[in-house]
Amino acid sequence: MTVIDTAKPLVQARNVHKAFDHLEVLKGIDLDVMPGEVVVILGPSGSGKSTFLRCINHLEAIQKGFIEVDGEQIGYKLKKDRLEKLSANGIARQRRKIGMVFQQFNLYPHMTVLQNIIEAPVGVHGESRKDAIENARQLLQRVGLSEKADAYPRQLSGGQQQRVAIARALAIKPKLMLFDEPTSALDPELVGEVLATMRDLAKQGLTMIVVTHEISFAREAADRVVFMDGGVIVEQGRPEDVIGNPQHPRTQSFLSRFL
Amino acid sequence: MINSTQSDAAPQGAANFRDVATAHTPFRTGRLLLWLVIAFVVIDFGWIIANNEGFGWPVVARYFFDPTVISGLYVSLGLTVVAMILGVVVGLVIAIMRMSNDGLAKGFASLFIWFFRGTPLLVQLIFWYNMSTLFPAISISIPFGPTLASWDTNSVITPMTAAIVGLALNEAAYMAEIIRGGLISVDRGQAETAEAFGMTKGRALWRIIIPQAMRSIVPPTGNQLISMIKATSLVSVIAMADLLYSVQSIYNRTFEIIPMLLVAVLWYLLITSVLNLGQSYIEAYYGRSERRNAGVAKVEAATGEANH
Ligand SMILES: Nc1ncnc2c1ncn2[C@@H]1O[C@H](COP(=O)(O)OP(=O)(O)O)[C@@H](O)[C@H]1O
Ligand SMILES: [Mg+2]
Repeated sequence: MTVIDTAKPLVQARNVHKAFDHLEVLKGIDLDVMPGEVVVILGPSGSGKSTFLRCINHLEAIQKGFIEVDGEQIGYKLKKDRLEKLSANGIARQRRKIGMVFQQFNLYPHMTVLQNIIEAPVGVHGESRKDAIENARQLLQRVGLSEKADAYPRQLSGGQQQRVAIARALAIKPKLMLFDEPTSALDPELVGEVLATMRDLAKQGLTMIVVTHEISFAREAADRVVFMDGGVIVEQGRPEDVIGNPQHPRTQSFLSRFL
Repeated sequence: MINSTQSDAAPQGAANFRDVATAHTPFRTGRLLLWLVIAFVVIDFGWIIANNEGFGWPVVARYFFDPTVISGLYVSLGLTVVAMILGVVVGLVIAIMRMSNDGLAKGFASLFIWFFRGTPLLVQLIFWYNMSTLFPAISISIPFGPTLASWDTNSVITPMTAAIVGLALNEAAYMAEIIRGGLISVDRGQAETAEAFGMTKGRALWRIIIPQAMRSIVPPTGNQLISMIKATSLVSVIAMADLLYSVQSIYNRTFEIIPMLLVAVLWYLLITSVLNLGQSYIEAYYGRSERRNAGVAKVEAATGEANH
């Protein structure tokens, strides 16, 4: 893995607060992610992991603090010492360097696999159709689904759908990939193929933030493991430390469930 | 053999008799009787219709392709197409307004739907036709300022425009609700995914949401289109020469009321039948990604029609 120590963080989250009405979900999250780093977020359900991911690409607006990706503050721009909310189009533009993979795959069911993959490159990034198709075929090969280009999502297994979803996210050539429990909706025997694909991406130096309950993936593929509970980061560090020798009692009790 | 120890009634081939491939359906007397009764009623009914002089079938045949009737037919079809297209477009806009977060847009959309669904179409048509008594002139002007352009209402609101505006706005109110229902039926994750991929709202709607919503929008829209064909007959009250108005104009002259009405009825039935056919094909088209293999779609389209 290529962690460039001198580089500026690709993602900077500072004192991020988020509440739904009166329910405080994130209570001051600080997190830096370096280019090429693979960060796995662990934590019990309801601890705010998904919400944090969704704040990073502004699917949810935060109420305090800031998030910066690739040098740009997400959702806002600085105009002469004054912070202004970006327009919907401005936000859409910022999202174009962030790929996202969802728990429920969310493939477009009315489009074939190939159409799913080229939709954003052609329609949003202005790539030529020919280039996009060529790139899509390469990506399909990379996730091991070359022969499924013309299938509809419904004709694929869950594991195949999720691999297509990963190829679709990669097709926009993202600087950052967000994974929200990508294997949680899969039958146990299909989890492996998706994790293998993700492990490949990690090896190739893609910057990834992965929310998952797959401890083995965290142990093998993560550069850093972050443990969240109750809307705060409780503990973080190298996987062998956080998973192998957790310091905080909440981390210990969470991990004990996976033994 | 194990079987041979059981009983003589179960011969060697017992297993073969139990194979369902050898089964046949017993004769069902009740069913045959029912068919006979129904056939008798239908034939009797057909006999009455064919032999009742009042129906005047020769007259029907003579006027079926009469130029007046045909031009009325064109007017009905043209009105339907134009009013339906306008209705769908305006309905889409109203549906999107109604679903937006903007209070003003939402309020306007609700008011629009409330008014146009809440009043009879016939009343709306007469109302539009008589606009000139309310507003003798239509003008574009700056409030409290100069008038930029002005038209005599009677020259703008002809029976034609009154009919189009009346039918289209009424249709828009119904279509707005149908389209809104369709848009809501699409999984929330789809809009979110489109958003996460940096699509603008408009593109997400056009490429991702609407195509999926079509599956639930098409069937009720088919019904609306068929209702619309029939609703165009209402415009005969504002002297618009549609299909009904044309046959009326003929029977006012010849007094062959029933045969001429039959001409209209047959044409309406013919059109709605064609529309039914088109609807099943469109439904099969938008359902194609549902099916596990593509070949099935065609078969289903054909059998779906037979069920109508
Ligand atoms: N859109 C929302 N509206 C209201 N509450 C929400 C919303 N999204 C998440 N929550 C709440 O925020 C909390 C954290 O949710 P989430 O981030 O999904 O947790 P996790 O992904 O760690 O399981 C939960 O209590 C959840 O009910
Ligand atoms: Mg979650």
